[in-house]
Amino acid sequence: MHVTADRDVCVGAGMCALTAPGVFDQDDDGLVTVLTSGIAEDSRDAVREAGMLCPSGALRVTE
Amino acid sequence: MTETSTTFPTQDAPAFPSDRTCPYGLPETYARLRDSQDALRPVTLFDGRTAWVVTKHEAARRLLADPRLSSNRNRPGFPLTSPRLDGLRDRRPAFISMDPPEHGPRRRMTISEFTVKRIKGMRPDIERIVHGFLDEMLAAGPPADLVSRFALPVPSMVICQLLGVPYADHDFFQDASRRLVQSTDAAEASGARDDLERYMDGLITTLESEPGPGLLGALVTRQLADGAIDRDELISNALLLLVAGHETTASMTSLSVITLLEHPEQHAALRADPSLIPGAVEELLRYLAIADIAGARFATADIEIDGQVIRAGEGVIVVHSIANRDAGVFENPDTFDIHRSARHHLSFGYGVHQCLGQNLARLELEIILTALFERIPTLRLATPVERLTLRPGSTIQGVNELPVTW
Repeated sequence: MHVTADRDVCVGAGMCALTAPGVFDQDDDGLVTVLTSGIAEDSRDAVREAGMLCPSGALRVTE
Repeated sequence: MTETSTTFPTQDAPAFPSDRTCPYGLPETYARLRDSQDALRPVTLFDGRTAWVVTKHEAARRLLADPRLSSNRNRPGFPLTSPRLDGLRDRRPAFISMDPPEHGPRRRMTISEFTVKRIKGMRPDIERIVHGFLDEMLAAGPPADLVSRFALPVPSMVICQLLGVPYADHDFFQDASRRLVQSTDAAEASGARDDLERYMDGLITTLESEPGPGLLGALVTRQLADGAIDRDELISNALLLLVAGHETTASMTSLSVITLLEHPEQHAALRADPSLIPGAVEELLRYLAIADIAGARFATADIEIDGQVIRAGEGVIVVHSIANRDAGVFENPDTFDIHRSARHHLSFGYGVHQCLGQNLARLELEIILTALFERIPTLRLATPVERLTLRPGSTIQGVNELPVTW
């Protein structure tokens, strides 16, 4: 699984940081940051859900 | 005599919006729209214009993320769902009414205050505020109006703290906000907006000479002083946050209490296991959809969706309660079920305008419901639910009074 986050598109809704907090965070400006490139098996469902919930299209989740 | 001709359902464009007859039930018209095979159905607005209502969750998500749909309410032809909105045209737009690329930089000036981490840090303050108003309500004794005693003052004080607006002025801005969002005519809405603009202008003047706390203080010191935003736009953005910050959570609180009291088994389950609260909050958000008609848009180009075409210049309205009750997405959608996974509801909208304060709203509702039922386990409605006066469909859904006892 591979995750990218486009900070130019992010609107800071925070759905990713709320849904998969071990993988996504928001920096001091409120924009998405990806915390880890290696996504643990037990985080994958949450990461998929975060990708689905992201309102701006900033997250790209590929299997 | 022959039968009069019948109007085919395909040509039926019912009046929109409709009023709820149950605080948490879909109006009959909306249920018919929801059950249509078509993803788009025409409706007739108060001014006689027609607009498309989106009847399916997936189509709603796609359209709300489509850059060909504009949120600019000042465009001629933008679908107006209430006469009051006519009185608010041609005001300086807040970022909620802007399209990309202007929208992004404006919204970004505020998002640092609404991150998941920053909001979590507000928990002790919100708990103190919630318990403070509960203490007062309990001291005064039953019966009580839950709206004026609790549901409205709690989010009002919270958003004041976040923004740096003096809560001492609450009588003024709560009244003006209510006139702004609930007036039924253009002149009254316009007058309320004038009052609020004057108030915010004065507050900004004070903050310019005496730097203050909160988001508003920071915006005045950083963005206004640097010329990143001008004064009129700052006034519009600050008013958006102030008004949206308390009327919405106040309405969710009242309707959540009604819904839980009317579903005693689920209410009991929640009290027995507080770990169910976050899931229950999502289901309440889905089920109640208080900002039901906030998803109005204007097509700037032809858009094809599921075999239908929205023409450039036409209005489109994503009705949150309809999208949230799409049976293809939520099983038994008209059933309130705190155990379901409801997170993909559209009550906060979708796309670049998705609610900025959603994580604040979630946390407030979690704390409010936990504290309310813990402190007042015998809470019950003092007026039967069918006798409550509900707000009309043209504004934020809720009640202006909620008599309770314990």
